[in-house]
Amino acid sequence: MNPRLRWKTPAFAAIVVVSNAFGNLFLAWGMRHGAGEITASPLSFLRAIFNPWVSLGIVLLIAWMLSKMFLLSWADLSYVLPVTAFGYVLNALLGRLFLGEDVTPARWAGTLLIMAGVVLVGMGKPHSEQQPGGPPV
Amino acid sequence: MKVWLLLGVIVGSTVTADLLQSHEMKRHGEIHDFRLRGLRSVLSTLARKRNLILSVVCMAASFFAFMALVQVADLSFAVPASAGTFVIETVLARWILKEHVDSRRWIGAALVAGGVWLLAL
Repeated sequence: MNPRLRWKTPAFAAIVVVSNAFGNLFLAWGMRHGAGEITASPLSFLRAIFNPWVSLGIVLLIAWMLSKMFLLSWADLSYVLPVTAFGYVLNALLGRLFLGEDVTPARWAGTLLIMAGVVLVGMGKPHSEQQPGGPPV
Repeated sequence: MKVWLLLGVIVGSTVTADLLQSHEMKRHGEIHDFRLRGLRSVLSTLARKRNLILSVVCMAASFFAFMALVQVADLSFAVPASAGTFVIETVLARWILKEHVDSRRWIGAALVAGGVWLLAL
């Protein structure tokens, strides 16, 4: 592996995970505190977007999207997806701590299973040669 | 019913967005320059890519559905439940993007999928 990718890949994976988890937290908080009810009308979405917490969540989710795009420019999708899945654990924790959600034992067991999967995939290489034929998209 | 409908929109549009994004970013190549000018140049180039524009439209659809979902469901349910995309995407990364997915990644993906399923219970 390119030595530069040894730090660049985990650093970007961390940015992807943290920006996603906190973006979701602020979004959920804002949607439940003052964003108003969401209906089929686009106006209800527009009103919600201008809630400060929802706006902050959106800014973080844009950071998440950009950092994930950068990460995908050198790392495989099949590597990025499981490694950044650690965000599910962080989301469950934030939901429990800040939103007062009831996280059941089954959900915590799921959290541990996800961590095991993440560790397993993280031990592999982030990039592999594509198979002959290339992507037809 | 509303929850599952919103989840369906999230899963379908996220899978499409991730595949298009991964394909286009691989075609663009690795990004080396993270200075402001370099990033501006990269972003202006990427903003003209048809697949990326389409992926952003799909992500927007997914995002608005997610906004509505977190209002009616727990965050600790909404986030893992929307990860139903995970297994579909790993399979499609192998078949459509022709990535080499070794046995370790398959097992890791299966564990994560099992964990996501437990979280959604």
